[in-house]
Amino acid sequence: MEIYLDKGNKSTKSGFGEGVLEAGRKNKNVVGIGADITTSVGMNLFADIFPERFVSLGIAEQNCVGVAAGLALSGKVPVFSTYGVFAALRATDQIRISLCYNDVHVVIGGAHAGISVGPDGATHQALEDIAMMRVLPNMTVISPCDATQAKIATERAILELNGPVYIRFGREAVPDFTDNDQDFKIGKGQLLADGTDVTIAATGHMVWEALEACRLLKEENISARVINIHTIKPIDEEIILKAAKETGAIVTAEEHQIYGGFGSAVAEVLVKNNPVPMEFVGMPDCFGESGKPEELMQKYGLIAINIVDKVKQVMKRK
Amino acid sequence: MLLFFTFRIKINFYNFVTLIYLEMNYIKKHTIDELADLAISIRKDVVRALKVAGSGHLGGSLGLADVFTVLYFNRMRHNPDNPAWPDRDRLILSIGHVAPVFYTALAHAGYFPIDELQTLRKLGSRLQGHPGRDHHLPGIELSAGSLGQGLSVAVGMALAAKMDNADWKVYTIHGDGELQEGSIWEAAMSAAHHKLDSLIALVDSNKVQIDGRVSDVMEIEPLAEKWRSFGWAVFECDGNSIGGLVETYQKAEKISGKPSVIIAHTLMGKGVKSIEGDYRWHGRAPNAKESEDFIREIEG
Ligand SMILES: [Mg+2]
Repeated sequence: MEIYLDKGNKSTKSGFGEGVLEAGRKNKNVVGIGADITTSVGMNLFADIFPERFVSLGIAEQNCVGVAAGLALSGKVPVFSTYGVFAALRATDQIRISLCYNDVHVVIGGAHAGISVGPDGATHQALEDIAMMRVLPNMTVISPCDATQAKIATERAILELNGPVYIRFGREAVPDFTDNDQDFKIGKGQLLADGTDVTIAATGHMVWEALEACRLLKEENISARVINIHTIKPIDEEIILKAAKETGAIVTAEEHQIYGGFGSAVAEVLVKNNPVPMEFVGMPDCFGESGKPEELMQKYGLIAINIVDKVKQVMKRK
Repeated sequence: MLLFFTFRIKINFYNFVTLIYLEMNYIKKHTIDELADLAISIRKDVVRALKVAGSGHLGGSLGLADVFTVLYFNRMRHNPDNPAWPDRDRLILSIGHVAPVFYTALAHAGYFPIDELQTLRKLGSRLQGHPGRDHHLPGIELSAGSLGQGLSVAVGMALAAKMDNADWKVYTIHGDGELQEGSIWEAAMSAAHHKLDSLIALVDSNKVQIDGRVSDVMEIEPLAEKWRSFGWAVFECDGNSIGGLVETYQKAEKISGKPSVIIAHTLMGKGVKSIEGDYRWHGRAPNAKESEDFIREIEG
């Protein structure tokens, strides 16, 4: 099993910001769109260096998405970022018609993803964005696991993809453990730890928790495979089906509602091909609340020991 | 051999001229009389297309026939032989439901054969109920139909033109009922903030919407004051007067430092006396008998 080391804590938000800046350096058509919280979503890095390519539109998410579509239809590569709750949910109709139906290349950064936003409470915790975005035709949905991956994913999404893209990231500093030269392909999952008894398929911040769970399980002689599904749409069916076949049980882990989210996407793949026992770690169909990030992750069952519990449950059903 | 060679030179010369023509010689500016004749032909083809389709929006389409005629045959710089010409003026139809008059104007301008209007709303047609770029009909800038989105997209286009120092304009068409959507005012605020003088919006002020009179459903007046207070140059004209529209567009195009809006007072169903102003024709199509009567009325 590969050992993943925490290189130090860093937010996936900062990875996003660095990725936008890097893409902006490489392509002069990249344009940033700000909705008042530019620094808070990491876009200040780009805005400071390329002020002539940064458009401030105020607190008006629906307009931001429409404007992004207009810029894209005129040869620009717009990147629009605000909190995921507002980007993905308030402007959903604009994303559906102006972006997805027109199939224009716009990258939307959904910030403050998950409950780990903490004290701001339920209104600002994006826990439904994956479900809302993955149901839209033409949309690509990306959920990187750490800051390094967030930077790579953002840069690639801006420079190499076509069509609309939603990329989600968190505010909290979390373990940064993947390499700059990692094998990262949008649409391809990553095998982080091999195992034979069970598979933990995780996305976003939960990937680190999955690796922690894997370590804990090893002490109890349970061999868990860990796969990082950073691209939720299009999902990597191959790596999921291989895991189902070789380990016979799957636990999914996401910082998002269980209904309609990443776990559902994995279940859709399994049900039509090889339905193996499955358990879900995620928000149990409820709103979050205020608290420290670690307190909330614990209260709502989103840490390594919760994954361990689900692994034990699913293995009984094998 | 010599003959062949000469022929080649001729072809190349012709191609060269064609290229110049494609880049420079867009649709000519038609005279007021020519525009009036065109508007009549367009109205008749709208009625014919809707009759075959069996559903669709007749009232608004007839009311906007003069606006589309003026835009496509007098004001806009565009070339049906080269729909992707980067320097073309853009038309954003925010109210996708008047697609019949939009398609008819495009067909008359030469973007596609007029016969194709008979496929409106049919399975497999490029003429979707609301414009869809995914069906590849030439001349469509935006798939639209969910109200309140077009002005934002137009703002994005005008911003792009400004960043590139390009001189093309963006024309938009909105309904009066559509202005009840809050996102319109987000877009209006941003267009003025960014001083987008290449943006010229038009409100089809026919005073009616599906449930009845706009003033009964949700009052939008005082409309001119609203736009003015948002930082726009505001013009008003008779939206069924070709001369009035040409003149008003000319004034709006000269405005600098701010976007312009034309509040065009139109009559739903204009041209067919028996249905003029009747909001029940917002979302209806004529049957065979009605269609014959309407065409007779349009011919006067
Ligand atoms: Mg109306």
